[in-house]
Amino acid sequence: MYRLRLFATRHARVFEWMYVRLERALVALDPVFARIGYNRIERPVALVERGLKGLMFDCRMCGQCVLSSTGMSCPMNCPKELRNGPCGGVRPGGFCEVKPEMRCVWVLAWDGAARMREAQRISEVLPPVDRRLKGSSAWLRVAREKAEGLRATREADRLAMAEAFPGARESEPASAPLAQEPARAVEGAER
Amino acid sequence: MIDLIDDDLLPSYTQPPPGMSSGSRLERALRAGKFAVTAELNPPDSADPGDVFEAARPLAEVADAVNATDASGANCHMSSLGICSLLTRAGYGTIYQISCRDRNRIAIQGDVLGAAAMGVRNVLCLTGDGVGVGDQPGAKPVFDFDSVTLLRTIRTMRDDGVFLSGRRITRPPRLFLGAAENPCVPPFDWRPERLAKKVEAGAQFIQTNYIFDLPLFETFMARVRDLGLDREVFILAGVGPLASARAARWMRSNVPGIHIPDPVIARLEGAKNQAAEGAEICIEIMQAVRAIPGVAGVHVMAYRREHLVSEIVLRSGVRQARRVGRR
Repeated sequence: MYRLRLFATRHARVFEWMYVRLERALVALDPVFARIGYNRIERPVALVERGLKGLMFDCRMCGQCVLSSTGMSCPMNCPKELRNGPCGGVRPGGFCEVKPEMRCVWVLAWDGAARMREAQRISEVLPPVDRRLKGSSAWLRVAREKAEGLRATREADRLAMAEAFPGARESEPASAPLAQEPARAVEGAER
Repeated sequence: MIDLIDDDLLPSYTQPPPGMSSGSRLERALRAGKFAVTAELNPPDSADPGDVFEAARPLAEVADAVNATDASGANCHMSSLGICSLLTRAGYGTIYQISCRDRNRIAIQGDVLGAAAMGVRNVLCLTGDGVGVGDQPGAKPVFDFDSVTLLRTIRTMRDDGVFLSGRRITRPPRLFLGAAENPCVPPFDWRPERLAKKVEAGAQFIQTNYIFDLPLFETFMARVRDLGLDREVFILAGVGPLASARAARWMRSNVPGIHIPDPVIARLEGAKNQAAEGAEICIEIMQAVRAIPGVAGVHVMAYRREHLVSEIVLRSGVRQARRVGRR
């Protein structure tokens, strides 16, 4: 809803605060999601995401949510679907070139970003949208990506070990393992 | 005569000189510290190459490169790729404009290789106007890329020798990359940062929209200098002669992204000869932007007044005439 969308950018700081916590929870839940199967929870989670974000941000479910980098103004509401800032056609007073009755999505984004803790994120160059992901849950995607990133950090020491002992890695690969360990295999070590 | 002929008159793959991305005449002029002039060509609604040469002739005398627009204002004309191919082979410096409105990433990356193979050395990456303002408002707007992702994509093709998919390009395109900026529309305080983003994405030169509001442009440039961007990118200020007060009003309300302050229109209205006054204003603005630190040239957009371009540029004193080569 347009009104709520304006509200969201005016209160971008609060939404940023809430989202940071939501994201942390999602990342923490990654092992649970993985055990149930991301495939199984994709539809119900996407449904909730669509409802909430649709109401608040007029979310179009691009599946690659970047609201935290766009001042809580959804760039997919831009008629040109610009992901990196306003075009050169913004009308006087900050209205859209294509829909003159609507505030420019990026004027709102700039406004919203200025209120946010991580305001500088709006300067990041974002890639083009992967159209295959339309309709899928960005929340679950973030959970997977961040969890994967954490795993990769944990794996870094194993990689360093393998690189420091290349001969052993070659002749006795189990002495410097690199492959993903199944959960049961390392359970003992965790205890 | 030789001066007008680019090194790559006939299409063949050449490496740019050391320290240059493309070695185009425009890049050489800018890197040599010359005040550059580019001019926008009015694309023909015709399949006759003669019409292209005729449109380019009045611009070539003073321009380091001629911009071939890509269906600007969402109106259908001869393609920028076709125009650039013709003009490049005839020895003109060209700027191949690419808008994201009409083609997706597959088409655009292919066209970039095609243009580079035809000898095109400068590209201007644009978002493009919405389809609604053009002659075919029922068309499907594509906007698969935006100008920033387009810049980064072409830079990746050039510098890393791969398509966006990671597939290798055996002979990467040698291109000088440009982008647009509009300092005179909201959000004003973000425009310089947005310019920084375009530089970050790969822009090496910038052509701005029309500058009629000098104080606004000066504020913009001051911030650009604060960010150190004037040392990273060549900025060409957009200028052009207004035909009359009526035309100015029409442009202001019908062409996206055009900001003309009321005093400019009032000055036109008060003049005996409005067209002459329009040219006079243009000359004054060119001289004024020439004096602003960080401005590397002007981009002349004289839609339907192309015959005036040489005279305006020469009278402004920003640049000497060059001898026109064949055609």
